[in-house]
Amino acid sequence: MSILGNRVLRREDPKLLTTGGTYVGDLDLPSALSLTFVRATIAHGRILGVDSKDAKRAPGVVGVFTCDDMGLAPMPPSMAFLNQAMARPLLASGVVRYVGEAVVAVVAESAAAATDAAELVVIDYEPLAVVVDPLEALKDETLLFPEVGTNNCFELQFGHDDRFFEGCDVVVRQRIINQRVAPCPLETRAAAALLEGDGRLLFYSSTQSAHGVRDTLASSLDLAKESIHVITPDVGGGFGAKATVYPEDVVTAWCARRLGRPIVWSETRSESMLGLGHGRAQVQDVEIGGTRDGRILAYRIDVVQDAGAYPAIGAMLPFMTRTMATGVYDIARAEFNSTSVVTNTVPTVAYRGAGRPEAAAAIERAMDCYAAEIAMDPGELRRKNLIAADVFPYTTPTGTEYDSGNYVPALDLALEMAGYPKLRADQQARRRAGGSRQLGIGLSSYVEITNGVPEGEYGAVEILPNGKAIVRTGTSPHGQGHHTSWAMLVADQLGIAMEDIEVIHGDTDLVPRGVGTFGSRSLQIGGAAVNQAAIEVVDKARALAADLLEADVADIVLDKPGATFHVAGTPSISRGWAELAQASLERAGEPLMAEVDLPTAGATFPFGTHVAVVEVDTETGQVRLVSHVAVDDAGRILNPLLAEGQVHGGIAQGAAQALVEEFSYDAAGNPLTGNFADYSIISAAELPSFDAAFTETPTPRNALGAKGIGESGTIGSTPAVQNAVVDALSHLGVRHVDMATTPERVWLAIQAARADAGNGTKSRKGAA
Amino acid sequence: MEVTITLNGTECTHDVEPRTLLVYYIREAAGLKGTNIGCDTTSCGACTVLLDGRSVKSCTVLAAQAEGRTVTTIEGLAEADGTMHPVQRAFQEHHGLQCGYCTPGMVMAIVSMLAERGDHVLTEADVRLGLEGNLCRCTGYHNIVEAALAAARAPELRL
Amino acid sequence: MIPASFDYVRADSLDQATGLLERHGDGAKVLAGGHSLLPLMKLRLAVPEVLVDIGRIPGLSYVRDGGDHLAVGALTTHDEIARSPLVGSQLPLLAHVAGQIGDPQVRHRGTIGGSLAHGDPASDLPAVVLALRGTLVLRGPGGSREVDSEAFHLGFLETAVAPDEILTEIRLPKMGELGWGFEKLTKRAQDWAIVGAVAARLDGDGSTAIALINVGPVPARALAAEAALEAGSSPAEAAARADDGIEVSGDLNASEAFRRHLTRVLVGRALEKALV
Repeated sequence: MSILGNRVLRREDPKLLTTGGTYVGDLDLPSALSLTFVRATIAHGRILGVDSKDAKRAPGVVGVFTCDDMGLAPMPPSMAFLNQAMARPLLASGVVRYVGEAVVAVVAESAAAATDAAELVVIDYEPLAVVVDPLEALKDETLLFPEVGTNNCFELQFGHDDRFFEGCDVVVRQRIINQRVAPCPLETRAAAALLEGDGRLLFYSSTQSAHGVRDTLASSLDLAKESIHVITPDVGGGFGAKATVYPEDVVTAWCARRLGRPIVWSETRSESMLGLGHGRAQVQDVEIGGTRDGRILAYRIDVVQDAGAYPAIGAMLPFMTRTMATGVYDIARAEFNSTSVVTNTVPTVAYRGAGRPEAAAAIERAMDCYAAEIAMDPGELRRKNLIAADVFPYTTPTGTEYDSGNYVPALDLALEMAGYPKLRADQQARRRAGGSRQLGIGLSSYVEITNGVPEGEYGAVEILPNGKAIVRTGTSPHGQGHHTSWAMLVADQLGIAMEDIEVIHGDTDLVPRGVGTFGSRSLQIGGAAVNQAAIEVVDKARALAADLLEADVADIVLDKPGATFHVAGTPSISRGWAELAQASLERAGEPLMAEVDLPTAGATFPFGTHVAVVEVDTETGQVRLVSHVAVDDAGRILNPLLAEGQVHGGIAQGAAQALVEEFSYDAAGNPLTGNFADYSIISAAELPSFDAAFTETPTPRNALGAKGIGESGTIGSTPAVQNAVVDALSHLGVRHVDMATTPERVWLAIQAARADAGNGTKSRKGAA
Repeated sequence: MEVTITLNGTECTHDVEPRTLLVYYIREAAGLKGTNIGCDTTSCGACTVLLDGRSVKSCTVLAAQAEGRTVTTIEGLAEADGTMHPVQRAFQEHHGLQCGYCTPGMVMAIVSMLAERGDHVLTEADVRLGLEGNLCRCTGYHNIVEAALAAARAPELRL
Repeated sequence: MIPASFDYVRADSLDQATGLLERHGDGAKVLAGGHSLLPLMKLRLAVPEVLVDIGRIPGLSYVRDGGDHLAVGALTTHDEIARSPLVGSQLPLLAHVAGQIGDPQVRHRGTIGGSLAHGDPASDLPAVVLALRGTLVLRGPGGSREVDSEAFHLGFLETAVAPDEILTEIRLPKMGELGWGFEKLTKRAQDWAIVGAVAARLDGDGSTAIALINVGPVPARALAAEAALEAGSSPAEAAARADDGIEVSGDLNASEAFRRHLTRVLVGRALEKALV
């Protein structure tokens, strides 16, 4: 019986639960120095001078460095289609462009000494005009890079068709702010660097991609890749933001080389809030048109993306938003245009979903606005427009080919689990009673893209002479449980017990190639590569067994429960994995091993429907999430326990964006939410338990039939919760509330709706 | 200054600066790295340990304030033979952890919550409110709450 | 995250502590539970030269029955207050509020004296002490003095506690069965109130006191609403005047207009509970 599909407990856990993980900050590096940074305190300004005399003389200080001292070239935007002229210096050079930008590096014997000394550095600035609002940045009046002549760093402009909404009975428009949020993995950024005996650079990184770090360090420091060894110890969460290599990483490595001693850099949370990239940050104008009876005919979305001060992955998020623009709906016409602009804020990067939650939020809000306009139930409107199950693979109007899907059952199951008719009846009863606590029900039917990058992944399985197996993977888990899941896959193919299978990841010396863990790609490409390697190692073993047993390969069978090979019909004479591994070494002089570089057969498209129920206090504006149903379809599920965990975490992050999270700046570019007291990471006390279920529609694009599950929860939950908030207030005339749906925003929306209703009454009277 | 603390049952003395926070005493002076630091505003609870049996955020206690007291960290929870504490076991059985960074603090907070409950039978709402000071970014808390409720039912924790 | 360096003295007695404070003046800070001070020091928003730790001074952690009042020692933690049967029966409002401060870890360490002496208008306890017309006992080098709650809060983070004084005891009249209400709106459970309100029936003249949390820069009573009640207004009418004459702050979580609105709503709800 296969272990696949079972709720297998994680093998990672005993260590994490008894001694705690070993994160970068936990490494024992004798004689290591501490690195910290002096960061910009104004959002935009010319650096007139840096006075580090006192810092250099402070106790324990070993080095104080500016960009000029380092003499390294700026890091150009990592993607070629972003404006390459907007390169990012490793330390601010000449100009600072956002509060928190690193200007000076301070290295000392201890973290305390470095922190003390950093306070002694005095930077003299000439303030420059600041632009925080991306819509202002679009005007190019205040430029971050005057030499470039524009703030535009990436655009997808296809124009507007004047007759786009022809034939539509109804056209509804809405401006939607998909607000800036901070990813906030519980472990902040951290790195350690030292020179090994042979002069190679050993670099420990809290990252989602060890090989990516190696390659970026190599290019930034002008070193050969082979001279860098990157290790990722345990990583305390990433959520996309640690898929990026930061200037501080490069400076850490540079300091180790310059000073010849181990360097540890481990930022504080207050630094991390301004150092780790931010997410989302789109202004969307959506227009949806259709018939009075609920058939969508046309959907248009215009996006302004806030890239922050230096274009990074965040600048290209609109590309992903465009890819998923029309969501789960069969819409004949779609238009998407976007411009990404730089602003005097923290650069934006990938954050759980990266461009797809923004697409889902836009169309799911548009759907509810449309439903309200034609007075149709939002569930009914969705069902009416879902892409039919028999048209896959389906190509969207923006040119995306969905692999497989069956959307109606997920919608139906979610509504059934939520008890939808009863919820609507409860809502009506509360409205009739007229109290201050009103019920809102929000739906979100979503589809998203996983494994969207064109790269494949590396996987290898090696059998040791003792009969145990070693798995090497190019993925880079940081909470996902690959040590458990990959062992399940290999155990299932080999018959070797899971406890005898070791998984190695995140070490560029032990794993020759790898891409990493992001974009919900790991199982479908990294797991599939490991699975394929296991299949191939079985083939090799079968050939060896045939040799040893003097039989035809075609007659050799693997007895998985016994973990032995024998000739079909003669189970008593067999060879075990240990014997075959030894034979391989003896006969071929090489280990019994298979390596696979599995190319991607294309992205996959998980989908589902979420139903959120909120209670809104119409007097205080406070919103409480009462329940949340998630029906997700990520193809075939390998380990439901872990898949549910991904969904739960995703729901919480999505609900948090809808309810409480928002990174705010004042007009001068000062961050207002720069620590965990001011920036609201949601806690257990604000959330209910979740009701999660799966439907399983396999993808044809990998042998496991698996799609990604890492981001679905966030993508599905965010609009469901936001829609629920608006729904709770719809009888008061509210049609939209931007996220985060804070008490004040809710209160303002109610006030505005009341004022509109008042004006409406007056004007009707006037007309009469 | 010299600070003596009974850490996980063993008395230890270290010479530290007065400004040394308890979490740095534990991590750096005593070398126990299981207790993590997740913020600098007493918000996240990753550094939660037991001080004289009650949960505290060790980032907001000076080592000097713990002079002569007993401190228990995640490393002091399992039995000597490696048998996990019921809360630790429940976390594994209910998949109450992913990246593991908040986990030691979360576990210690729950151990304290269970010790303080007296005759009260903890409800889901009690557990959720009781974890208001411990932030997790991975799990959505669903399985952490399940684990806490399961541990609350563990016979060996029933006095 | 790492405070600036300071000298640390663990005081054994109040006399020693006040003597140290007198000697070091403004450079010294009193450390009790540390949950107001250490967070500021970690961000280097507070940089004291000397910390006088009063946490081990004997006899400062207690709840005593003083006949018509309860006397609470300054070092009593929020958790101890919340769980005290005496407080629970005689000052249920205090027990309830103390049990909702911060989070369990904070309540295990944070003390009533530290919270009040810090003088933060966003704290919950000053409103309770103001509403109940409490008395605060301050000890300085020259001995002890008593200060009415009305005269305690002088400004933003500014109280009647002189640099060489220590708050040692808080006295609150017993409430018994008298009605009370406490409302606070927080972003998350662990957060400071965006706005909070305390309403309490008082013994004696039968009047009702109303105090506000995080409305303005100084903990304050809602005097206009109290007067309205006194003059016979309904709770709803009184609540509509809750922000009259109050300096109201605006911040990221609530503009001035919204905060005024919240003040009226929450005072109304607190009154509803207090006056049942």
